[in-house]
Amino acid sequence: MIHYFVKRLLMAIPVMFFVAVFVFLLLRLTPGDPAIIIAGDQATQAQLETIRENLGLDEPLLGQFVTWMGNLMRGDFGVSLISQKPVLTLIGQRIGPTLSLALAAMSLTLFFALPLGVMAAWRHGKLLDRAVMIFSVLGFSVPVFVTGYVLISVFAVNLQLLPVQGYRPLSEGLVPFLQRIFLPALALASIYIALVSRMTRASMLEILQEDYVRTARAKGLNESVVLFRHALRNAAIPILTIVGTGFAMLISGVVVTESVFNIPGLGRLVVDAVLARDYPLIQAIILLTAGIYVLINLLIDLSYALTDPRVRYQ
Amino acid sequence: MTDMISVRAARARRLLALPRPGWLTVAAIVVLALIVLAGAFAPLLAPFEPTELNSMMRLKPADATHWMGTDSYGRDLFSRVLYGARISMIVGFSTALGSLAIGLPLGLIAGWFPLADGVLMRIMDGLMAIPGILLAIAVVALTKAGLVTVIIAIMLPEIPQVVRLVRARVISVRNEAYVEAARLLGTSSTRIIWRHLLPATFGPMIVQGTYIYAAAILTEAALSFLGVGIGTETPTWGNIMAEGRLYFALTPSLVFWPAVVLSFCILSINILGDALRDSLDPKMKARG
Repeated sequence: MIHYFVKRLLMAIPVMFFVAVFVFLLLRLTPGDPAIIIAGDQATQAQLETIRENLGLDEPLLGQFVTWMGNLMRGDFGVSLISQKPVLTLIGQRIGPTLSLALAAMSLTLFFALPLGVMAAWRHGKLLDRAVMIFSVLGFSVPVFVTGYVLISVFAVNLQLLPVQGYRPLSEGLVPFLQRIFLPALALASIYIALVSRMTRASMLEILQEDYVRTARAKGLNESVVLFRHALRNAAIPILTIVGTGFAMLISGVVVTESVFNIPGLGRLVVDAVLARDYPLIQAIILLTAGIYVLINLLIDLSYALTDPRVRYQ
Repeated sequence: MTDMISVRAARARRLLALPRPGWLTVAAIVVLALIVLAGAFAPLLAPFEPTELNSMMRLKPADATHWMGTDSYGRDLFSRVLYGARISMIVGFSTALGSLAIGLPLGLIAGWFPLADGVLMRIMDGLMAIPGILLAIAVVALTKAGLVTVIIAIMLPEIPQVVRLVRARVISVRNEAYVEAARLLGTSSTRIIWRHLLPATFGPMIVQGTYIYAAAILTEAALSFLGVGIGTETPTWGNIMAEGRLYFALTPSLVFWPAVVLSFCILSINILGDALRDSLDPKMKARG
């Protein structure tokens, strides 16, 4: 067991290392002088010097990389070129809304997608199954920002049930928080629900063919016990896997959703950073989201090993 | 020699012998064909120049001259949506083709040479850990946001998916009896890859290609919508929506029309992809 944990943990290190190498090289290997790329063609010599100094661009490449990695290890992600504040401080100010949105979307996904997928597999080929499949293709096809605007115009503008845009932190009360997070979370979750319900259905269809499901039914167990206790548990691995790999997609969706609903989170921060060519900030946000992605997938992998002894011995 | 030809012909027939498509697939093909044609012949079909300003005709509703109305600069929305189709089709097609062309050799190498596999797949894992839009945003931030840059930016995050797919296919075929036999007969690696492994990847690659096509169009629209994609002077569906959102309460049609066309476009490609997958791999049909 410990052997498996250590092995899995060691595999995550080269992945993160490559992410770091990649964002490092992206700036340095883009054709042109990195300082000019960032500052723009009209930059003064002094501005260019500041940027070169800030990013250590005068050193040889390998030296730059070693210094940069060393700083990362010590938790120093650099300083924003625009506001001159440490990028981690800027990220810290904006991460709350993003995490709330991502977690709310994730909860909505599990709440809707698992029952939908299970029911679709249960009524395989019937009307309900087809409805779930059609919904899932729709969820994949309608972009998040379109879903967002449809939700705004129906629930906020026409029915006036919820506020149009904006964000209130949880600390200002549960009701205002939920009122404002619900629509963006639903817009964001739509594609995720499509993905997870589809995978749940596929995985359940396979498990429902198994002998032990027939046995469970034959001994007269309640159908919902068969479906949710026996089948869903055994169908869990592919579902969890897609929840984990879908996280990268979720973050991409967050960037767009925050823009539609005017939520002051990391997504808005990154878009502003691009427009200002604030590369240290973009770099840090990429490293951070990639780190979270790797961590979530690591935890999911470890959870298989905890719940399913077969995984440990592979 | 003739035997070889007839074997090849039989294989081609088998590949082409798609089951009769359902009405949904037919509808998807029709919609997609219309959008491709609209994009290809936009200069002939568009009643107005997409960038033609007309300060007298700002934010007008649809009528006989302006089929979808006009935007805040008095430009004809219908013409702009037609030209937008052009950009979307170019982006979708180039991204799909490019990521398959780069991912295929990498996947073959990873699947066939265990030594290269470990390193290559860790690199791909790293690339996959970066959310697609963020990666694209970083690339766009470093370069001037033109059509080619945006295509490269969208292509990068799609490549690992192709590599993984090809690699998985190669590994499963590698242990088949006919590949084993070829290897025992002393066939060279290159020849085995060329003759046996490469053809085995075609089916999944075509299917993956359609999904990448759809994903690329979506990402391009999202980048434009966020204002970090192809420059705002180019009429893309995302750019039209980004401008239209400022007038959303007043003239929702500016967001509505590109959104509808975009959604139908992606829907058609996805339906087509599912149909292709079902016909190329009947086992998938039951699983969905």
